[in-house]
Amino acid sequence: MYFFLTRAAIAACFLAAVTGCGRRETLVQVGDREGMLRIGNGAEPAGLDPQVDTGEPEHDIMITLFEGLVDPDPRDSSPVPGVAERWDISPDGKIYTFHLRKNAHWSNGDPVTARDFLESYHRILMPALGAEYAYMFYPVANAQAFNEGKITNYDEVGFKAPDDFTFVITLDKPTPYLLPMMVHNSWYPVPISTIKKYGALDDPSNPWTKPGRLVGNGPFLLKEWKINSHILVVRNPSYWGANDVRLNSIYFDPEENYDTAERMFRSGQLHIDLQAPPSKVAFYRKYKPNLLNDYPLLSTYYYRFNVTKPPLNDKRVRQALAMSIDRRAICETVARAGEQPIFCLTPPNTAGYTAKAQLKEDPAAARRLLAEAGYPDGKNFPTIDVLFNTGAGHKPIAEALQQMWKKNLNINILLRNEEWKVYLDSTEHMDYFIARAGWGADYDDPSSFLELSITGGGNNQTGWGNPEYDRLIEVVSHTQDQAARYDAYQKAEAILVDEMPVLPIYVYTRPRLIVPDVKNWAPNPLDIYDYKAVWLEPQH
Amino acid sequence: MFRFIARRFLETIPVLFIIATATFFMMRMAPGGPFDKEKSIPADIKARMAAHYGLDKPLFQQYLLQMKHLLEGNLGPSFKYPGRTVNEIIADAFPASLELGAEALLVALAMGLAAGLTASLKQNSALDHLPMSLAMIGICVPTFVMGPLLISAFALHLDWFNAAGWFFARDRVLPALTLGAYYAAYVARLTRGGMLEILHQDYIRTARAKGAGGARVLFKHALRGGILPVVSFLGPAVAGLLTGSFVVETIFGVPGLGRFFVTSAFNRDYFMVMGSVLFYAVFVIVLNLVVDIVLVWLDPKLRFE
Repeated sequence: MYFFLTRAAIAACFLAAVTGCGRRETLVQVGDREGMLRIGNGAEPAGLDPQVDTGEPEHDIMITLFEGLVDPDPRDSSPVPGVAERWDISPDGKIYTFHLRKNAHWSNGDPVTARDFLESYHRILMPALGAEYAYMFYPVANAQAFNEGKITNYDEVGFKAPDDFTFVITLDKPTPYLLPMMVHNSWYPVPISTIKKYGALDDPSNPWTKPGRLVGNGPFLLKEWKINSHILVVRNPSYWGANDVRLNSIYFDPEENYDTAERMFRSGQLHIDLQAPPSKVAFYRKYKPNLLNDYPLLSTYYYRFNVTKPPLNDKRVRQALAMSIDRRAICETVARAGEQPIFCLTPPNTAGYTAKAQLKEDPAAARRLLAEAGYPDGKNFPTIDVLFNTGAGHKPIAEALQQMWKKNLNINILLRNEEWKVYLDSTEHMDYFIARAGWGADYDDPSSFLELSITGGGNNQTGWGNPEYDRLIEVVSHTQDQAARYDAYQKAEAILVDEMPVLPIYVYTRPRLIVPDVKNWAPNPLDIYDYKAVWLEPQH
Repeated sequence: MFRFIARRFLETIPVLFIIATATFFMMRMAPGGPFDKEKSIPADIKARMAAHYGLDKPLFQQYLLQMKHLLEGNLGPSFKYPGRTVNEIIADAFPASLELGAEALLVALAMGLAAGLTASLKQNSALDHLPMSLAMIGICVPTFVMGPLLISAFALHLDWFNAAGWFFARDRVLPALTLGAYYAAYVARLTRGGMLEILHQDYIRTARAKGAGGARVLFKHALRGGILPVVSFLGPAVAGLLTGSFVVETIFGVPGLGRFFVTSAFNRDYFMVMGSVLFYAVFVIVLNLVVDIVLVWLDPKLRFE
């Protein structure tokens, strides 16, 4: 090894001498000078079509290129004016009228009009496009029927553009979380004429988003995109609020490996590393707290119970399993990235809602419940397993729970590790007893969590259903009266905590590393960033 | 020679056919599909996406269709990156892998041949034991240990290089060393073994007896035969080096092809898996052919076989 390292050192010295060695200006310092923010974005974006691509790394970039009718407030992701400068809501809560600003333009110079929104929303509802987030439009009159191909006349869908700068949305029933939902990228307008130029409107693989082709209406323009290397966006001079945008450009590095990205951060290549490796969080918290920025997300880590299989079809067994673990110990000694224990499904303070029904950790009571279910001191408890996917630290958590169940309930639970897609296949087909799961809110409202457990819902995957629960979520909660709505959610969540088809464990946090040069960066629970307000100031 | 090359070329056709067929059916037998995600997609949307890519047709029909496209040189669209085709992705990512591989190959040959020759000439001396022990360590230390060690020393402490990335000339140094060192260790051991065998041959003794100098014996007489094992090793090794290393590309953030070999299988990106497997297969076959030609040229005994 010495031999190789010596040679490596000689070669390195030589090259360093050639390329200019010593303490050189880091890329972060260059970025500070040139107004270029450098971000480790966590993954290569699958694409940049706001109606087709859905993940967080994609969203982080798309928000720079497009702007919806409403924009997220960087402090709490709540809706503030975007292309629409104001809006009115009818007294019955079913008609939303948006008044568009007249100085909004596409990057090719065309004005952004109500017609653009009308045609864009037509595209996302086209059945052949197969848009994953078309469901976000289902509160709109006839949108679901159109998306499912039951009606084919788009005029029947509740979108209207009476003039260039007025856009009207008509809903089936009051949906007070419509505006928070419209913050999502699936509500961005898309440049229909550009898309048509490069293929069919409803072709999800239409290549219109490449550099040089993509036309957007956001504060930045796509300049370069090299796969697995970088995406560069530069300030858009035709953006209506261009004067308030302080960065000249943003450089997204798609590095997927947490450790590599953290090393890049340490060597001065990134201003922001959006995902610090969990194993290093404790170090930063202790020694460099000024670089660590972590904030609880609207995202829950939980286990699903397959309630169709004994012994988990017995509520008392599910309760016993949920009450006999120590969530704080898991957060502090196993997960270790600042996660918060959670005792219901919806994270606290989701749009001002915090569930009153909270699960109690009580191993003695859990043992009693297990005995009542026919397994005193764990005797005769059948062999069941916990399914989890490879990676992301799921195994140590499953092992910790296995130990806790052994210690507190005297039952043996096996572990089953599957590769990601195999695991998804198993959970979808309910081929499991207990399975790891995670859920992040798509919008800031408790319904984003509580709709999960509706009978037969695509993401329920537990076999559990309850008519009263469904009624509370699907009927009672659709009211303009905020107090009545949250009361329905409280009752629904109480049913969930009592019936326990899912075992909540913790609220995710996203530990990020940020150099102090980055100013006005606001963390928020939906992890939506507002780059418009950010500026760079070198530290002296 | 022409007949030899033509025959070998014809042999590649059934080999590629078998590889493509095996890849197709193995990939489809794996549970899970390209459109499975943590947030499950409604069944009808999944069905529409499958139909868009022709995955709703009977399996054998899909197989025939893909074979037809492959013959036309069309590797198909990527499911994971919907706006891109597999051809585009390979064309985008391959240059970085090619460059890294070529640089690593240079490192491997320069370090490996020098160490191997020195060791063989000074057999059983310190100049033999030291490089050979280090070569053994080089083989045993995996790239995922070597890479972070080099980064820690030269990027984070000495600040001579960036920790990762692929933009400046200096960004090439650490990945090429990491990848090259591993192969250098093999080259060194194979060179030493091959040279020792040759140096004990009668014709070397004859050359020395006739008064040939050390350098002349080494380079004119011995080296040609001594590096035969290295040449055999280099065929598949070069294919591996040039088509990208998953580990080194991941550690150093190199935008190469190596990552796609692994991630496309995880993503069930069927066409991407097929494209990268066939691309690699063609590389291995072509380079093995080149090695065979070089071996025949180097070793007169083979010309009679």
